[in-house]
Amino acid sequence: MTDLGFPLAILAELTHRCPLQCPYCSNPLALEAASAELSTAEWKAVIAEAADLGALQIHFSGGEPTARRDLEELVAAAAAAGLYTNLITAGVLLSRERLAALAEAGLDHVQLSFQDSEAAGCDRIGGYKGGFEKKLDCARWTVELGLPLTLNMVVHRQNLEHLPEMLALAEELQARRVEIAHVQYYGWAYLNRAALMPTREQLEDATAVVEAARERLKGVLVIDYVVPDYYARRPKSCMGGWGRQFLNISPAGKVLPCHAAESITNLTFDRVQEKSLREIWEHSPAFNAYRGTDWMPEPCRSCERKEIDWGGCRCQAFALTGEAGTIDPACALSPLHDALQALATTESATGEGSFTYRSRKAGEAAARLPERIDS
Amino acid sequence: MNGRVTITEASVPGLPTGVKLRFDKQRDQWVILAPERLFVLDAVALEIVKRCDGQASVADIVDDLTAAYAAPRDVILKDVGALLQDLADKRILAA
Repeated sequence: MTDLGFPLAILAELTHRCPLQCPYCSNPLALEAASAELSTAEWKAVIAEAADLGALQIHFSGGEPTARRDLEELVAAAAAAGLYTNLITAGVLLSRERLAALAEAGLDHVQLSFQDSEAAGCDRIGGYKGGFEKKLDCARWTVELGLPLTLNMVVHRQNLEHLPEMLALAEELQARRVEIAHVQYYGWAYLNRAALMPTREQLEDATAVVEAARERLKGVLVIDYVVPDYYARRPKSCMGGWGRQFLNISPAGKVLPCHAAESITNLTFDRVQEKSLREIWEHSPAFNAYRGTDWMPEPCRSCERKEIDWGGCRCQAFALTGEAGTIDPACALSPLHDALQALATTESATGEGSFTYRSRKAGEAAARLPERIDS
Repeated sequence: MNGRVTITEASVPGLPTGVKLRFDKQRDQWVILAPERLFVLDAVALEIVKRCDGQASVADIVDDLTAAYAAPRDVILKDVGALLQDLADKRILAA
């Protein structure tokens, strides 16, 4: 294999604890307990090692990373190591004083989630009463402290009608950037797929709204747009290829090729308590399982897009078929592609609106996922 | 409220908070680190960006580069203006 280099950015999921209960949370169904979390010293060692190996950015995420009382210390350690530090937060646990302390510690950027553009939807979808008002405060403090603000908006059937208002909120709050990300269906989102799946019409409308807003807000608001792939013809280039550009460290120290990788239940992941990051990145069986193109089945292996799509998404292939090494059904060349589109169309039209909210208890009960698709 | 920055010769460009110019020693390259972004700078872009110190105007920067590289001023002005406008539109340059 050619020189693997090292990721430019790493995701540090400090904890799975979170006051919100979003039904599309990117954490695994089996949430780690606080007692399983890495210690401050362990995180600091990993941060220093990642910087030494060539990481330039670190994303502090969770769960809710501000639930860790040592966040200031970890941000300071990352800043001292020369890393660009990004906080991905729901914002509801922060005070102005704490945010100022984080800025003082060297925080470079705040990414704040909103579940909707108005209080009723935001608090209902996030499962946290009063959250919307707290998020507004957090956004204002971020700007007052001079930090760049990004709003993260996860969109789906139950909030897409507010997309123009979400963009207006980002503009009003003086965000430099907004992420409009359609739900990706793994873990919690897979469990709630029928309640979240947009109609094809909603998707097309949303894309048109985003394109118009990009033109209108050029130089004012940077809009990143993540599309869903159940209606696509080609799969997404998930993580830019498995084990190519990215790694994620879970609260318990597992090193993952992406945040959803634990959904592939037949992979085992090395831990930072046991091995160096370099050894895991270069030699861990989980990273090497789907790295490059040698693992690919046909027609992926002889596809002209194999080093563009990198075979799409392994977690999605596993979720839908039970085999992580098969063709991503989002690809039109998959024999399951038509069934996937039909499933999306049906669920978006007839799915119920109620959610299974994220909680440790619900995760334990969710051993049985929705039916896999058959060709 | 924010507004789009239009780069002119009178603009005084600088990197805003949350945007950093850094040497990436592992890959032997200069990069701009910004929210969820990383831009690798080529030699020309680096010469321009490192002069964006929040004090020199675009006219000053262009004069300096014209002297340093013995190239026609109008050509340099065009290149500098295009790069800085692009960076401003990405919200990684203030002016």
